[in-house]
Amino acid sequence: METLQKIAVPTLAILAFLGLWEFIVWVNDWPNYKMASPSDLPPAFARYSNLFIEMGWQTLWRTVAGLGLAVLFGTLLGMAMGFSRIAREALYPLLVGFNAIPKATLVPVIALIFIGQHDFNTVLMAFLISFFPIAVSVGIGLSTLEPEYRDILRSLGASRVTIFRKIALPKTLPEFFGALKVSVTLAFIGTNLVEIVSPHGRGLGALFKSGETNGDYPLMFAVLIALAVLGIVLYYAVVALERIFAGWAERPQS
Amino acid sequence: MSNLIEIKGVTHAYRTKAGPLPVLDNLNVSVPEGEFCAVVGPSGCGKSTLTRLVAGLMKPDQGEVWLHGERVTSPRKTVGMAFQNPVLLEWRTILDNVILPLEIVAPRMPQRDREARAMHLLEMVGLKGFEGKRPSELSGGMRQRASLCRSIVHKPDVLIMDEPFGALDAFTREDLWQTMRDLRAAEPFTCVLITHDLRESVFLGDQVIVLSGRPARTQHVLRVDLPADRTIDSLYTPEAAEMLHLLRDQIRIAQGRDGEVH
Repeated sequence: METLQKIAVPTLAILAFLGLWEFIVWVNDWPNYKMASPSDLPPAFARYSNLFIEMGWQTLWRTVAGLGLAVLFGTLLGMAMGFSRIAREALYPLLVGFNAIPKATLVPVIALIFIGQHDFNTVLMAFLISFFPIAVSVGIGLSTLEPEYRDILRSLGASRVTIFRKIALPKTLPEFFGALKVSVTLAFIGTNLVEIVSPHGRGLGALFKSGETNGDYPLMFAVLIALAVLGIVLYYAVVALERIFAGWAERPQS
Repeated sequence: MSNLIEIKGVTHAYRTKAGPLPVLDNLNVSVPEGEFCAVVGPSGCGKSTLTRLVAGLMKPDQGEVWLHGERVTSPRKTVGMAFQNPVLLEWRTILDNVILPLEIVAPRMPQRDREARAMHLLEMVGLKGFEGKRPSELSGGMRQRASLCRSIVHKPDVLIMDEPFGALDAFTREDLWQTMRDLRAAEPFTCVLITHDLRESVFLGDQVIVLSGRPARTQHVLRVDLPADRTIDSLYTPEAAEMLHLLRDQIRIAQGRDGEVH
C-alpha cells in the first residue's frame, strides 16, 4: 500500500501537470512555432532520437568530468582551509569573490583563451561553477571538528594522517555529499551554458540552440525534458553514493 | 620511584588577548601505581588543563610531568582518555568504536583478537548484544559505557577521565560508578578522574585532591579510607559523611566564599 502510494502520487502529479500544459496550449490554440504541447514531444524525440543519444552522451560525460575535477580540487582546497587558518583567511575572500561572478560572463573569456577547444572549455566551466560548495563544506566540516575527537587518537600518539583518515574524513562525508548534491546541478548548468552560448557547440545545449534557430519548439521542449531527466539521473546517482558511503548519518526513523 | 604519575611544580598560563591567563600555579600531584585519584575544584580552575598535561597533549610553561619515571613531553600509547562527551564515531558500530585504539596502538594485532578483547569489555559493562548497533541507537549512559570500554581496551597504564559522568542523570551515574569499580577490580589501572561531584570522588577515589580557584594550586589532599569493595550504601556511613563535609568546606574555601553563612 505504501509503495503503491509512493509510486502513484508522483505519477498522478506528473500526468496532471502534462494534462494542464496540453490543455492551455489547446485552449489558446498556440501554433508550434509559439509553444509546444506535450503531445508534440514524442514525435520530436522519435525524429531526432540519434541526435538525442549522441548529444545527451556529450553533455553527460562532460558534466561528470567537470564534477570529478570539482570534487578533487574542491576537496583539496577544503582540506587546506580546514587545517590551516592562514589558508582559510587567505582563500576565503578570493573564493567568495570568484563565486559571485556570474559564470555566463566567463564563457567568452574561456572561449578566447582556449579557442576552439570545445570539450575542454565545457568541462572547465562545469568544474569552475561547481567546486565552490564542495570546498566550503569540506573546509567547514574539517575546521569544526570537535577537539575531543582529535584528542582520542592524538593522546595515543596517532599521526595527523591517521587522524585524518580515521576521524576527519569520514566525519566530513555527510557535509561533502550535501555539497555534492548542489554541485551536480551546478555542473550541469555550467555544461549547458557553454554548449548553448559558444558557437559550433555540441551536446544537448547545442541541440536546444539549433531548435531555437529553426523555430522548432517541439525540439526545444524535448531537449528541456531530456535535460530534466539527465539532471534527475545524476542527482539520484549522488544520492545512491551517499547511501553507500554516508548512510550512517541518516537517523533511524522512529 | 613508586609513584606512577608525578606532577612537580607545574605552572601554566594561556595566552589570551587580555594578556596571560594563569590556570595552574605550582601544582604538585603524586599518584602511586594502581591508585585512583579524584580531582575536584571550582568551575574553570584548570582541571581540564591538568588532564591534557598528563596525556602529553600540552606542555606546561614550567614544571614537569612524569609517568612511570619518564618525563612526558608528547602523547604516549599507554594512556587512555574519556571525556564528558562520549565522542563515539557515528559511522562505526559500538564494537568498532571500542576497537579504535587497538588499530593505533597494536596495528599488527589480528582482528579476531581485537574483537574478542572488545567483546570481553562490552560484556563486563553490560553492553553485550549491542556491539552491532550504531552510537545513535544507544542511550547516553550506554554510550558512556562504550566510551569507557574504548578508553581501556588497549590496557593503558593511566586512565584519564574528564567529567565522564557529568552529563548523565543521577541514577545512571551511580550505575556507572559501580561499573567503574568493577572494571578496576578486574583489570587494575591508575586513574585520574576530574569531577564536580563530591560523592563520586569519595566513592571512586583512593585520594581526593581539592584544587584552589584559578590559578589552581593543590589546596587539600584527602585520603579516602573506605574499603575497596564500596557500595552506594558506603556513601551513607558516618565516615563518608564526614569526608563529604570536609570536601564541601574545602570547595567553599576554594571558591573564596569561606566567610559566607552556609
